[in-house]
Formats: sequence, structure tokens, C-alpha cells
Amino acid sequence: MQPGRAEKRWMYETMLLSRRYEEAIEKIYLEGKQPRFDMAAGPIPGEMHLSNGQEPCAVGVIAHLDEHDTVTATHRPHHQAIAKGVDLKAMTAEIFGKGTGLSGGRGGHMHLLDPRVNFVCSGIIAQGMGPALGAALSRTLQNKPGVAVSFIGEGAVNQGAFHETMNLAALWKLPLIVVVEDNAWGISVSKKDSTAVERNHVRAAAYGIPGHFVPNNDPIAIYDVAGEAVARARRGEGPTLIEIETDRLAGHFMGDAEQYRPDGEKDALFARDPIPRLRDQMLAAGELEADEVPAIEARVRSRIEEAVAFARESPYPQPTDALKCVFHPPT
Amino acid sequence: MSEENATRKLTIARAMAEAIAQEMRVDERVFVMGEDIAALGGVFGNTRGLADEFGTTRIRDTPISETAFMGAATGAAMDGMRPVVELMFVDFMGVCFDAIYNCMAKNVYFSGGTFKVPVVLMTSTGGGYSDAGQHSQCLYGSFAHLPGMKVVSPSNAHDAKGLMTAAIRDDNPVVFMYHKGLQGMGWLGTEPAAIVPVPEESYTTPIGQASVVREGTDVTIVGLAMGVHHGLRAADQLAERGVSAEVLDLRSLVPLDREAILRSVAKTGRLIVVDEDYRSYGVTGEIIATVAEHDLGLLKANPQRVAYPDVPIPFSRPLEQYCLPNADKIVAAFDAMGG
Repeated sequence: MQPGRAEKRWMYETMLLSRRYEEAIEKIYLEGKQPRFDMAAGPIPGEMHLSNGQEPCAVGVIAHLDEHDTVTATHRPHHQAIAKGVDLKAMTAEIFGKGTGLSGGRGGHMHLLDPRVNFVCSGIIAQGMGPALGAALSRTLQNKPGVAVSFIGEGAVNQGAFHETMNLAALWKLPLIVVVEDNAWGISVSKKDSTAVERNHVRAAAYGIPGHFVPNNDPIAIYDVAGEAVARARRGEGPTLIEIETDRLAGHFMGDAEQYRPDGEKDALFARDPIPRLRDQMLAAGELEADEVPAIEARVRSRIEEAVAFARESPYPQPTDALKCVFHPPT
Repeated sequence: MSEENATRKLTIARAMAEAIAQEMRVDERVFVMGEDIAALGGVFGNTRGLADEFGTTRIRDTPISETAFMGAATGAAMDGMRPVVELMFVDFMGVCFDAIYNCMAKNVYFSGGTFKVPVVLMTSTGGGYSDAGQHSQCLYGSFAHLPGMKVVSPSNAHDAKGLMTAAIRDDNPVVFMYHKGLQGMGWLGTEPAAIVPVPEESYTTPIGQASVVREGTDVTIVGLAMGVHHGLRAADQLAERGVSAEVLDLRSLVPLDREAILRSVAKTGRLIVVDEDYRSYGVTGEIIATVAEHDLGLLKANPQRVAYPDVPIPFSRPLEQYCLPNADKIVAAFDAMGG
């Protein structure tokens, strides 16, 4: 399955939006944290896990989804949130801890929840798999259209939740797609030091379901494989496991000096950055005109500036708002 | 209500199943999943007959995969369903607690109240039948301690039905903790006083409202689930000595009916808290702190607690029975208050 011109252009622009967004967040995150790195300081306190390099996973899969489909994401969720259509202003305000954020600042960057587009994420490895299974079950029980996609990292494959969820999804033949973003590192521990098999898609065999491997962080190849998986799920034929070889261009979190990486590894990763690669492919194929590139760049920057301005200008929540929204209806 | 209807007695197990069935008949979003809940009807009988009426799509047996199906309950609830999910023994929370306290309990908050998470997590508690330390705990305090979950635990079938109906209709996670010794399963040494008249029609028992199950003037005995029955027996013993004990059934731990506790202690001036959960950092301390923070002057004597000692639950009959709360221990606690 190949993306059409419009889809490809959406994929490129969304990847660029995500990357420029992370670059903006990175800069703002460091405000107040230099020269001494203090995680609690600055306009964006707390941990920050940037998704630079992993954008192909988000757009290649989410290109096949609409707002009715459910996505559960990880502690590194910005690229998926952006691709799923989470409101950029409310998301940015949430990351700043502002009262206008998605949850009024109760969650922060690892807890972006948006019922409008059926998007949730979590700071616990593999935690989103069960809820995605439940969303898929809910669609089946209600005879409602829609599939669920659980994005996880390669580290999550070694969690018990992975095995339990895959077995149940296969047993109940649910419309679930599990997407493993394999960036080769679980913080500082490499996949080869944590995982008994070289490739995780082979684990699909344990559940009798299709497993696919997409090498080379290629959004078009991801689109192809994901399209098949989503179509299969929509036909009621059950779950699929997709493993994507992707690259984490940033540290595990902001402040990670990445001394565990072998010399030269980061240079090699930047040399195969998927965003300029897709741009050049599209330019060569005539799917993008050279003079459009700066226009797209300007468009995404303007959206980000608008979102950041909204977040900066928004008021902090009242301190006592901490005590609200523990239960529904919110008080 | 017919004569027969008014006097129809049910076990807690039957009452729970009836409440679930009645909600399932009127609300297609309600479904049940857990281990051994379909053909077997639940190890503790609380889903008996449901698979026959509703089929195994809505009454779903699960594999032994608590992490996945607790997470799935949360995901289904956030997608518009109203799952009732069973954790067979509360002790098993150890294999799936992340899905409960880090996800189910927090997603209303993390969404600023924009997501509803209407899950009923029903789970069995309690020992007394030599099932040892991984199948006999109560863990009331553990669930009540962590924010985002309502917690209820009935002492009788009437409240069990009403609380289950209220729990299913609630838009939040409700942990419904049923004591095995109150279930009416026969083979578990059933407490007969838990089997009471239950109206056939659907009704709710408000979550967060305690109930005075015996009025008195000299001492307040606060408990939940099995503790209420120990309290009632102790009250009988105390009455023979001319002491009038009031017994308060908490019914809910979250929200906790602090006003009812304060009202009763204001009347009696003496407080004994009974809990089959561990003594330290738990329900008994919370109840006493509630009174102490409000007005120490209410108390004519030091409050007492009759709780499980801080040890894993032992297997051997004399060891376990030594540790469990009972009426004699409550009477002894009263005596320790110095009359």
C-alpha cells in the first residue's frame, strides 16, 4: 500500500512539525536550567523525552487512522500526539503546566490525554497496551468502527504486559495494532544487552498473528505495512505486531549526556535523518516543489510559535486546583 | 412489594449477581470479565447465572492475565463501556497493580476530568479458613490510601446489591471488596447475619455513607465487612454487662463518612475500630485520626484498635485464629479503656 501525493505531503509536513516542535521545546526546556542543570527550574520543569528521529513511526501508522481510532502512546509521546491531532496549543500549555493545558497542568508531558481524538499516553513502560486492548474490545462489543494502536518501545517488549496483551488480542481477535518503535536503547542499555532475540517482530509467531519488520526508519515503508495491519484490523481479522527500526536522535531525556553510545553513532544517525530523506525523495519524484519547502517550514514554525505563545501567556492553575478532578464529575 | 418479596433473603454472592444482571438488562455498556466468571459463575459465586442469561461475549472468562485485563477494563471504560472486572483474590493485585493505581485510578485526574473511567473492580478479601498469606489478605487500606479509586465493602447482602448498582452507575473506578467469609458460599464458613432480606427491584446504596447497624450510648465500634459482625457480637456481650455499644458499618472507605464517625463518637465518647487488614498505616489509624484531628475532647478514653497484627497471614489454624479480630478482642479492648 503506497501513500498518495496528499498523504505523503501530510506525512512530510507532520514530521517536520513534530521535529520543529521538539526543537522549540528543547530550547525552552533549557531556559533557567543553565549553567547548572536543575530539572525543577525554568518554564518547563520535570523530565523531558524528545521524539526527534522517531517521527516516521507516528506518521506512517497514524496516516491510516481517524479521530475515532484510539492511540495509546509512551513516555515519549509528542510525535504521536501531533500526528493524532491533539490540539497543539492545549498540549503545549500542558507541557508548561498551565491551567489551559489538556488536563489543567495535572499531567505534564508524559500524561497527555485528549478524549477529542482518543489519545492517551503514560509514563510507565508497556502500560498503554492493556487500555488499547480494552478500546479494541469496546469497539467490538459495541459494533462501533475503529481500531486501537498501542505504540511501545523495544524495551516494552520485555514487560509482562506485552505477552498478556498480545495473547488476549489474538485470542479475542481484536482490532489492535501494536507498534514497536525500536530505537535500540532503553535509556542506557542497548537492545542487544536486554533482549534475547535480535528482532522482536518474530514474537508474533508466539500468538499466531502476523509480525512485520520495517527497517531503515522509512515512513513510506511503515505506511505500507501499517496500512495492511489497519485494514486487517478493520476487517475483523485480528491484531498485528509491527516492529520499526527507528532512531532516537536525542538523549533518553533532556540532560542525558549519552556517554553510553559508541563513538560516531550519533553522527551516523543524523546522516540518515528521515526528514530530509523524505523531502529529497519527494522533490526528486516531483511530489514536492522546491519553492514549497520554505513555505511548509514557515507554516509549521508559525503553528509552533502560536502554540508556544499561548502556553507562555496562559496563567498557571490556581494551586488549589491540585485538589480537583480526582473524581468525575470534576469539582 | 409482596410479602414474599419483602422477606426474600439472599447471600452477598447472589445479591452481587442480581445487581449486575439488572444493570446489564438496562445498559448494554455493562459487561463482566475476569477469571472463572462464566461457566463457573465466579469462584465466590458472584457471577453465577450471568453467562446463561447474557452469553460469554458480555460475561467473558479471561486468561490469567490480570495486567492485560485490568488495563483493558480501563481502556474499555474510557471508550464508553462500563466494565465490571474481577480480581479473584485481592492478594493478586501484586501482579497487576500498575494497571490499577497508576492508570485506572489516575486517568480522570490526568485528563482534568475529561475522561470518565467507570470501572467496577470486584475482588475478594479476608481469611479465617487457613488459606495462608497469599489468599487471605484484606488490603483495604492499600486501595483506600491511593487516590482516584472509590472503595466499598459491604457487610450484608442488602448493602452488597445497592453498592454494586451504585458502583456500576458511577463514572469512576470503584473497588468493590467482598469478604469471602460473608459470601454465603457454604464451604467458606459463611456468616449467617450477612444473609438478609433483599428487595427484588433495583436500588442503590449511596457510596460514601456509613450505616448505624446498632444504636448505643457508651462506646462506638466502627468496622467494615466482617468487622461489623464481630462488632455486633461484641455489642451483645457488652449488653449482658449493661454496656450499650453502637456499631457503625462504614460500608465505604472512599469516600469515608467522617461525619457519621464523629456523630457517633460525640454521643458515646469511646471508640474501638475493628479491621481485618494490617494494623499499622491503615484503616484503624485513619478512623482514630479523624476523631483526634476534629476534637480530642470527644474522647473519654484512649481509642482502641482491634486489627490484624503486622505479620504475613499464617496457615496453621491456631496461628491464624490468634491473629484475626473477634468479639472477645473487642470486649477486651473496651475493658482496656478503663470503663
